[in-house]
Amino acid sequence: MPDDARPDADAPAGPPGLDADVARALVELSRRHAGRVIGVLASRFRDLDLAEDAVAQGLADAARTWPERGIPDTPPAWLMTVAKRNAIDRLRRADAERRRLERVAPDVLERTRPGTAGGRHMIDDHTPDTPSDPEPGADATGAGDGTDLTALDEGQLRLMLLCCHPALDRDAQVALTLRLVGGLTTTEVAHALLVSEPTMAQRIVRAKRKIRDAAIPMSVPADPAERIDAILTVLYLVFNEGYLSHSDGPTIRGELTESARRLAIELAGLVPDHAESHGLVALTSFLEARRSTRLDTEGDLVLLEHQDRSKWDLRTIGVGNAALHRAMSLRMPGRFQVEATIAALHANARTADATDWPTIATLYGQLVAMTGSPVVVLNHAVALAMADGPDAGLRRLAELDGLDDYHLRHSTEAELLLRAGHADEAVVAFDRALALGPPEAERRHLERRRSAASAA
Amino acid sequence: MPEYMILLYSDESVEMPEPGQPGFDEMMGAFMAYNQMLIDGGHWVSGASLAPTGTATTVTVAGDAEATITDGPYAETKEQLGGYYLVSAADLDEAIELAKAVPIPFGHFEVRPVAFRPDA
Repeated sequence: MPDDARPDADAPAGPPGLDADVARALVELSRRHAGRVIGVLASRFRDLDLAEDAVAQGLADAARTWPERGIPDTPPAWLMTVAKRNAIDRLRRADAERRRLERVAPDVLERTRPGTAGGRHMIDDHTPDTPSDPEPGADATGAGDGTDLTALDEGQLRLMLLCCHPALDRDAQVALTLRLVGGLTTTEVAHALLVSEPTMAQRIVRAKRKIRDAAIPMSVPADPAERIDAILTVLYLVFNEGYLSHSDGPTIRGELTESARRLAIELAGLVPDHAESHGLVALTSFLEARRSTRLDTEGDLVLLEHQDRSKWDLRTIGVGNAALHRAMSLRMPGRFQVEATIAALHANARTADATDWPTIATLYGQLVAMTGSPVVVLNHAVALAMADGPDAGLRRLAELDGLDDYHLRHSTEAELLLRAGHADEAVVAFDRALALGPPEAERRHLERRRSAASAA
Repeated sequence: MPEYMILLYSDESVEMPEPGQPGFDEMMGAFMAYNQMLIDGGHWVSGASLAPTGTATTVTVAGDAEATITDGPYAETKEQLGGYYLVSAADLDEAIELAKAVPIPFGHFEVRPVAFRPDA
């Protein structure tokens, strides 16, 4: 595992610079571990901004010193130690500043008190290493408190729960999760979510201000199941945002699927008894395994039945199968497990013809009952058509209420009409789908299908 | 310890039992128990039940212009501000738990942190 990154014995003796090993270790550290350390420090000092600044400074310290001194044995423990010291330094400086103000201008202090709530800091909450002021790197071996993996994991879970707190709106939850837990920069988050950078920066600042001013805690509730479901929902949204994006989007959107799946895997490790967390790992693994075959060289969508299954990533499918097995063994059903089971039936079918459509249709029926989503009804109709013929699918579509403005509703209907031998009606349905302005890649696909229908 | 205002919005047109009517003692008993819970837990700062919005008067000030007085509440809403609790809580989660326990069966309770209270 990357946690055991060796001390860089053969680090270049030449001019210090970000050689490839150090650069890799730094990305690894900020993406995988910075969030954990922020989580630990923020709950200890009860100050998210302080924790974030201290960790950012720690990462900058790493970029400065590692090229010369080498990569430490356990980078997460190193970051924990350095960031903690940075946080304490910052509090000391703020404290000295406050005392100086107290002497020279006590009235200023009194007026600024309510907003800043300096009394909430827990500077005296930690171990005796504070007064003795260890020399840099003294406890970098991880022997100090809070540097063991359990504390870091606990920090990660607390930070995820905080970022997905129900008192924050969904957009803020997504942004904070990617920024703080996923270790993406504000610029990366903005680009990935197709939002301008100032808008994203402001969204993040607002959310952090609410966390501070409303005192949203970093605690793990006694029964965290519902709060964990909120994290899963956020990760699911992030994954879909990246997965459903087309080639006309910036490549940074691939970061979304990767970050979401990575965080789902981490979360499942933190709450191993929460079945749905394994369900989401399974679902995202099955989808990720076939991501590279979803678009052709022109960036057009390739339907599942035409995808080159020999290019599906068997190792990732294996991860999905194991996660789904784990989820099922906990006997706590949920929507992600149902979706994962459907994805598993596709991922494990060697050919499109070998797909078990009757079971998939049954599962979509369950998913409709669980979610009530009209988009799921649409998928149910497709599965029924595959299992029992196009007329069965058309009957289910006729029951669908809503989605009149959704191009996939009309393109699905068009495909089923075409298969049922109603080419004229299919052309009309394709026109309805095209009139709704679908994304570029889908528009090209629909136009080809419309031509096929009018030639039929 | 942070303080939070819990603003209680509910439909005031729903009939509440009057003193002496069936159900009145139960309703009052629930509020007394809730208030006592706040006091025993060290959460109580203050609280009040407001007269219906039919008794409200809105004073509108606009800089140097003369204040105008209008009959009725500031905003006509489906649910009305009917009372409040000002509580002391460890954090937002605790304040939310206190809000959930208010013995009003239907409504929206807005939880707002107190930024500054001169008499605190």
